[in-house]
Amino acid sequence: MTPTTIMLCGVGGQGTILAADLLAKAAAASGYEVKLSEIHGMAQRGGSVDTVVRFGEAVYSPMTDIGMVDHLVGFEVIETLRRIQFVRPGGRLLVNRRLIPPLPVLTGDTLCPQGVEEALAQEGAEFIDADALARESGSAKSANVVLIGALSLGLPFDKEVWHEVIAARVPQKTVDANIKAFGLGRQACTKGVGQP
Amino acid sequence: MTRVLLSGNEAVAQGAWEAGAEVGVGYPGTPSTQALEHFATLPDVYAEWAPNEKVALEVAIGVSLAGGRSFTTMKHVGLNVAADPLFTLAYTGVNGGLVIFVADDPGIHSSQNEQDSRNYAAFAHIPMLEPADPSEAHEMGAYAFGLSERFDTPVLIRSTVRLSHAKSMVATGRCRDVRERPPYKKDIGKWVMMPGMARARRVELDARIACLAEYAEDSPLNQVELRDFGLGVVCAGVSYLHAREALPDASTFKLGMAYPLPAKALKAFAEKAERLIVIEEADDFLARSLRSLGILIEAVEAPRAGELSPGLIRQALGIGAPTLRDAPSIALPPRPPLLCPGCPHRPVFAALRKTRAVVTGDIGCYTLGTLAPLSAMDACIDMGASVGMAHGIALAGGVGKQPVVAVIGDSTFAHSGITGLVNSVYNSGSAETIVILDNRITAMTGHQGNPVNGITLQERESCELGLEQLAKAVGVGRVRVVDSQDIPAVEAALKEEIAAPELSVIVFKAPCALLLREKRGPYAVDAEQCAGCNICVRLGCPAIGRDEGSGRAYIDESVCVGCGQCEQVCRFSAIVLPSAAPSSATSYTTGGAQ
Ligand SMILES: Cc1ncc(C[n+]2csc(CCOP(=O)(O)OP(=O)(O)O)c2C)c(N)n1
Repeated sequence: MTPTTIMLCGVGGQGTILAADLLAKAAAASGYEVKLSEIHGMAQRGGSVDTVVRFGEAVYSPMTDIGMVDHLVGFEVIETLRRIQFVRPGGRLLVNRRLIPPLPVLTGDTLCPQGVEEALAQEGAEFIDADALARESGSAKSANVVLIGALSLGLPFDKEVWHEVIAARVPQKTVDANIKAFGLGRQACTKGVGQP
Repeated sequence: MTRVLLSGNEAVAQGAWEAGAEVGVGYPGTPSTQALEHFATLPDVYAEWAPNEKVALEVAIGVSLAGGRSFTTMKHVGLNVAADPLFTLAYTGVNGGLVIFVADDPGIHSSQNEQDSRNYAAFAHIPMLEPADPSEAHEMGAYAFGLSERFDTPVLIRSTVRLSHAKSMVATGRCRDVRERPPYKKDIGKWVMMPGMARARRVELDARIACLAEYAEDSPLNQVELRDFGLGVVCAGVSYLHAREALPDASTFKLGMAYPLPAKALKAFAEKAERLIVIEEADDFLARSLRSLGILIEAVEAPRAGELSPGLIRQALGIGAPTLRDAPSIALPPRPPLLCPGCPHRPVFAALRKTRAVVTGDIGCYTLGTLAPLSAMDACIDMGASVGMAHGIALAGGVGKQPVVAVIGDSTFAHSGITGLVNSVYNSGSAETIVILDNRITAMTGHQGNPVNGITLQERESCELGLEQLAKAVGVGRVRVVDSQDIPAVEAALKEEIAAPELSVIVFKAPCALLLREKRGPYAVDAEQCAGCNICVRLGCPAIGRDEGSGRAYIDESVCVGCGQCEQVCRFSAIVLPSAAPSSATSYTTGGAQ
């Protein structure tokens, strides 16, 4: 079995690190070998960030390359389009319908790019309104968990495993809301590619 | 044994703990930081952040001298700071095991350069282990202590970003090795490095390295994996994982110890392989080492700068590239990192921009004051350099009529800014202004305590270093403390101290925005009052944007933390708390959400 490669990308501070941790733990709890690789430090201050999680029977490198990603989970549309070439043809593209303007756009030094969402749609993106669903779950900060819920439909891990992993990882007070966020994401997701 | 998901940093600390390391000491620095943070949470250990890496290593040497096992952590550039004790520690050797964990940053994700720490191992004659994944980091973290005591040497363990911040399953739960401490013996021939003794230890050091090289020949640290003999690959650390992925059929010589090398075993491997290559990133340390042993290796056209990946290795060897999508190309704006909303550094840079000063900078979150729209930093080299550079610019007669200002963070000042200040005052030939940005925390590396805030790693009682008293004690005549969130006060202080004919110190003090629990606001823009002057937008706050159509400002209420900096700079009273004005916030969100 060749490993499955998942990339989570977004803007520093959006919670990709926690989401990747949940994903890696669910893979490990399901009996796979797993490797995760992320970037800390300066980029986490609102910069462009990504985390890679790979699982399978045997996984060597924690890194990936263009054309090699099976699932790209985009927390933000510009950052997703920036990494579109990482997704192999036929790979899955799951995108939070949110645009966070980079500072040069906010200050008016650069125009906001047009047609980002359309370009992603053309590439077969499934869009999720993760922020709205997070608010609905009662935990506005759980958009990352909503996206993991949406991703989960295409992965070979049981729902119970996910619930256990979430319950063990998030603050006690927010367990119920996070499990709800996960469920809303899973529900909202229309198509999963199944096991690669 | 239990299997847990650990990062390389956590795993190495776990290993050190299992080996009975009792004292951990280091200075934070990406990507090394979580090693000591994790160590500090383990039972029956003492752990502390030192003000800098040199001090950290000197503390560790004391522990070793007394017979204890010590674990020291730092990032690659930290080893430059600790290099002075390091080189002589190689001569003295150890009493209790001493292990230094150093994390490199190939690809320069969060550093000022890309140096390869393996060069220090060869330069200082200290054995260096190179784990490839968290599981090996765990094993070697423990193994290194035995090696240190057996060969009477400090041991370096090298990591890189893709080990430090990679996670995989690690079997932990071994018992802790609580052994009897070797007794302290006064031995000036070993521990007092004055010329007569050092000459003898120099000879001893060569003999030790020869023993270690012999040990390397059949050490379990190095692993030869014979597969196809057509291609042989010599590699170490994370590069081994990339090579296995890219070249699954190749035979590999995986070095778990990058220095000293097993010459005989490498030559034997080289003879078996039809083609021999070295795979390594950001420097050619191994390739040079092998060539100096007389081993012929084929050159690989992989990029020299930056990180490797399996794909880059395949590309360098001309092995088929994956098929790519035929994706649309839309020019996307870059997304540089930025100061957080509410950051207390922002008003200082906005005010500095107005002074048109030459600003020598330093390392921390505040280095982001370099980028547009604040654009208020001219140079940044290494921790503490801002103070000396400002003095030097002043000595060179300044730069035109521009005033000279040094900007340095609280942790950075305690790290290595103090000696610079002593120099500038002692040689009182200049009138620059030294700005200390005291945000009450070491923010960039993820909120560590430091001497200025008096918060210690294991929450022991401490005291705060008084910056004002310190500056006065050093001899600075003009010292003032100003609230960085009070913009008129910030501007006035800078104006006055820049105009002063002597060296002055301003401590701008206000807590990091991420430390604040209670948030006010959010603020909003009253569209009727907004003149579109852009002054608030030029603060570079991620909550404030300029509407492309109307040219007026808007505030994203989901990002605003209510610091009120924009309200202070607005000359049209257009920035208000929402109860007082109709909301004109423009949504950042495309489509449905928000
Ligand atoms: C010699 C060295 N050690 C460690 C680091 C890592 N490092 C970069 S910034 C920083 C802390 C800066 O803290 P502070 O000066 O308080 O500024 P802040 O980030 O809080 O604004 C550290 C430890 C480094 N770059 N160089």
